Amino acid sequence: MPNQGNPLSRRQFLATTTSGVAVAAIGSVAMPSVLRAQGTPVKLGVLHPVTGALSYSGQQGRLGATLAIEEINAAGGIKGLGKIDAVLGDAQSTPDGGTAEVEKMNSAEVACIVGGYASNICLATTQAAARYELPYVVDVGVADSIVTRGLKNTFRFGPGFGVISKTALANLAAINDQAGKPAKTVMIVHEDSLFGSGLAKLLNAQLPQQGFEILETIPHPTPTRDFNNVVLKIKAQNPDIVIPANYYNEYVLLARTMQQQQVKPKGIYSVLGGAASSYKFVKEFPDAARYIMDCNHWFDPRNDKAQALKKKVESKDQFFTYEVYMNYSCVYLIADALERAASADRAKLTVALAGSTFSGHLMPYGPTKFVNGQNEGAAPVNTQVLDNDIKVVLPSAFANAKPVFPRPA
Amino acid sequence: MLSPTILIPAILNGLLIGAIYALVALGLTLIYGVLHIINFAHGALLSAALFAAFFAFRLLGLDPYVAVVLLAPLFFALGYGLQRFIIGPASHGDERNMLLVTLGIAVIIENTLLYVFRADTRTIDVPYAFQTIDIGSTFLAVSRVVGFVAAFAVALALWLVMTFTDTGRAIRAVAKEKLGAELAGINVAHVYAVTFGLGTACVAIAACLLIPSYYVNPTVGDAFVLVAFTIVVLGGMGSVPGALVGALLIGVAESLSGLFLGESLGQIGIFLIFIVVLLVRPSGLFGARA
Amino acid sequence: MKALIPTAAVLAVLAAVPLVVHSNVTLNFLVVALMIALAGQGWNILGGYGGQYSFGHAAFFGTGAYVTAILQMRYGINAWVGFAAGIAAGAVLGAVLGALTFRSGLRGSYFALVTLAFAEVLRIIASVAPITGAGVGTLIKLDLGIRNLQFQSRAAFYWIILALVGVSLVTAQLIERSRFGIWLIAVRENEDAAKALGVNVNGVKLAAMVMSAAITAAAGCFYAQYFLFVDSGIAYGTWISIQALLTPIIGGVGTVFGPLLGALVVKSLGEAAKLLTGDAPGLDLIIYGAVLVLVIWFTPRGLIGGLTQARKLLMRRSGPAAPSAGEARHG
Repeated sequence: MPNQGNPLSRRQFLATTTSGVAVAAIGSVAMPSVLRAQGTPVKLGVLHPVTGALSYSGQQGRLGATLAIEEINAAGGIKGLGKIDAVLGDAQSTPDGGTAEVEKMNSAEVACIVGGYASNICLATTQAAARYELPYVVDVGVADSIVTRGLKNTFRFGPGFGVISKTALANLAAINDQAGKPAKTVMIVHEDSLFGSGLAKLLNAQLPQQGFEILETIPHPTPTRDFNNVVLKIKAQNPDIVIPANYYNEYVLLARTMQQQQVKPKGIYSVLGGAASSYKFVKEFPDAARYIMDCNHWFDPRNDKAQALKKKVESKDQFFTYEVYMNYSCVYLIADALERAASADRAKLTVALAGSTFSGHLMPYGPTKFVNGQNEGAAPVNTQVLDNDIKVVLPSAFANAKPVFPRPA
Repeated sequence: MLSPTILIPAILNGLLIGAIYALVALGLTLIYGVLHIINFAHGALLSAALFAAFFAFRLLGLDPYVAVVLLAPLFFALGYGLQRFIIGPASHGDERNMLLVTLGIAVIIENTLLYVFRADTRTIDVPYAFQTIDIGSTFLAVSRVVGFVAAFAVALALWLVMTFTDTGRAIRAVAKEKLGAELAGINVAHVYAVTFGLGTACVAIAACLLIPSYYVNPTVGDAFVLVAFTIVVLGGMGSVPGALVGALLIGVAESLSGLFLGESLGQIGIFLIFIVVLLVRPSGLFGARA
Repeated sequence: MKALIPTAAVLAVLAAVPLVVHSNVTLNFLVVALMIALAGQGWNILGGYGGQYSFGHAAFFGTGAYVTAILQMRYGINAWVGFAAGIAAGAVLGAVLGALTFRSGLRGSYFALVTLAFAEVLRIIASVAPITGAGVGTLIKLDLGIRNLQFQSRAAFYWIILALVGVSLVTAQLIERSRFGIWLIAVRENEDAAKALGVNVNGVKLAAMVMSAAITAAAGCFYAQYFLFVDSGIAYGTWISIQALLTPIIGGVGTVFGPLLGALVVKSLGEAAKLLTGDAPGLDLIIYGAVLVLVIWFTPRGLIGGLTQARKLLMRRSGPAAPSAGEARHG
């Protein structure tokens, strides 16, 4: 119990609830958490942008985390510590919204926080948590700067930009080589914020080294209302491969417009592309989706637990998106660390997380090993839309299908 | 880049997307012309209308082009009610208050949609979604061409209503001289509400024409509102033909600047036009000189 | 000087808050509320006193934030200097935009739209220009210390933003009592009449715009320093333009304390709504929107206007002797 080291004094409690209108309102926000603290042993902050622009991803992330917590609790909780009490938070899709939630979670005395989703939210929330030496497990947030600032409390279980783009390039070259090098030219279409621009920069630096010629890099804002011009440019330059890096809505419009304008490159190879690894997209646009490849977060299709969770999520009428299983895995990672630390003490938990060799996750990763907060075992995989389903095609250790490239006519 | 194989399709696409903008802008300019406010709820109403069109298709099996017959009157009633019973009384006739009330309504609508339907993006798959008209090397999406024709039809209908009906005459009277119209026995509150209703009906029509080639989520309307503002200013606030021509110009300008400056920077093209028009000729292309 | 006593009293009470409240949740809440109040006070000087409703104060907020962040990270300039430079940059931008728009005689909805467009242009430029970090944004390195204007304790940030708010309150008060303020209000009430009376209308508006921009830019500088991260959506997004105009309008437009009261109420309302609705995404904002409409409906002059009115009513009811004094002062 962290309560012991840092009791909330009665004076402080009264002060929070009695000084002024505004202060009273916010004071009472913290109050239920304080009351809750008496009965439950381990509190876990679950922080996602469940309202605002990122609310779909945020809600999916929350779903994954709460499913894991429910399962752990149903099985009797964490050995020696008891059940997990989820303290849910809404980052409202902004960094300052996230920071405010971290403050609340800290005063609710959570042992650890999981989530954040977007890179800019994660940058702010990990830093806010660092003030309290509060361990923070980033669920997605791929910006490399999240784990390179030397914050001791910050852990990322999934891969970052650097690793993802490197893997994506290596796999692209491998797929191309295997097919007898039919592809030489590339066009990149990316959204212009943190995620897309960062990726485009890395691709521009590294693709030429792999022997590809980049014909053009086209940034576009989110939202973009019309992709006809982008597709016209693609059509005019006729690249062998189109690499999109954007969010779901824009990806849908782009893929639809390409189909409409009858643009058929040898391959569409997304990196972290919102749709090519989305069951929703495959279900709603089977024709536009066919043969699209993606290098992205994905679950291990050979893992029985992952398949069971997939069934469970689908039975709730939800799509099995990467936010779900990444958050699910992160919660189990934390549960494992809590069990080894045999304590909800933040310092002990931080040490336990840093030394984690957790293997009970759903991801196609190598052995878990944290170096400066980054899990070195984390890697993306390559998926492809085949037979109206999404198959893993690389690396072969996890693959359940072989890549089809170039796209059959 | 300057080859006609790109330039011509780009201009055509600009005209087609401009027509959709026109439908959104028509409602906005009509409301501005009479009530003299920027309707901040316009985008949220567009999102609501897109949802309505989506569910008309999914639940009732109504093709969006059929659903328009149902949704346009429905949204007219919604707009009428909003202005007559909420915006009007709440703002006490103060323009600045009116502006803020529409902002409040936008927040309410957007978040009600979010609460009820969640944030995921939805699309419908009509049989003609990928059909194109082939002219030379250019493929024009059928749904966009329909939208183009419809925009002209709606603008023409609006113009006819404004010019030849009693309601239209009353609206123009209120727009020009509110006090005088009131003295002449015109019910200003009713005219305001009719105008707001017409503007909202335009949004419903735009939604039905947009949904076959677009998507819907609770914040989708925002993407169109800033452009619609620009068009309204360019065409002259309150001018129906201005909105139509302005929208087509903006569509082409956006398309071409996107082509030459890139999509991100291309967006600036619109706003630069907007700022220059405001600074040099704030009455727009078709507005009376202020 | 006597007139400054209420301001001093309010500031003194607020300054004492961290001494009794140790909850960082509350402090963080107040810091953000004060930051919004500062941005709102900037808007209030131009919009409230001058009647020029800007829909694009994000232009100044964002410029302050970016200048602070970029000077530190790209040019290694001291944080305090960067902060001051951010405010100055905001003022310069205000002067440029003011000169452009007022010379063209833009007012009312036209002024609102042109400011909105300027903010939007800046947002797009910031999202692609390399110097702002383009889409990636600019991250200020976490390095605690007074030199770097970064503090471990929320209370230190609280006092800094409170000091800035204090300066803005005093500025508003001085404007209210100065000849410049009378001109500014004359412009708001009737621009043509003011011109006829010999007021240099454009000059007055321009000066108000510069002050307004500088104050809102200060809020942006503070954002960068507090959250240590800026990107184009945060800096130049519509969220801040809307918050900056909403707080004075809810609190009481064209009053000294309007933005402060408005910010505290709006932020509390958001939190209360969230608490009330529990964990339903979006539901708190529905309530927030509804309250906004209701406030305008029933107290169109903002909460301060509403309070004044309520006091008058109460006084009238409490007896025949009381009202004359209150009425006389206001009438």
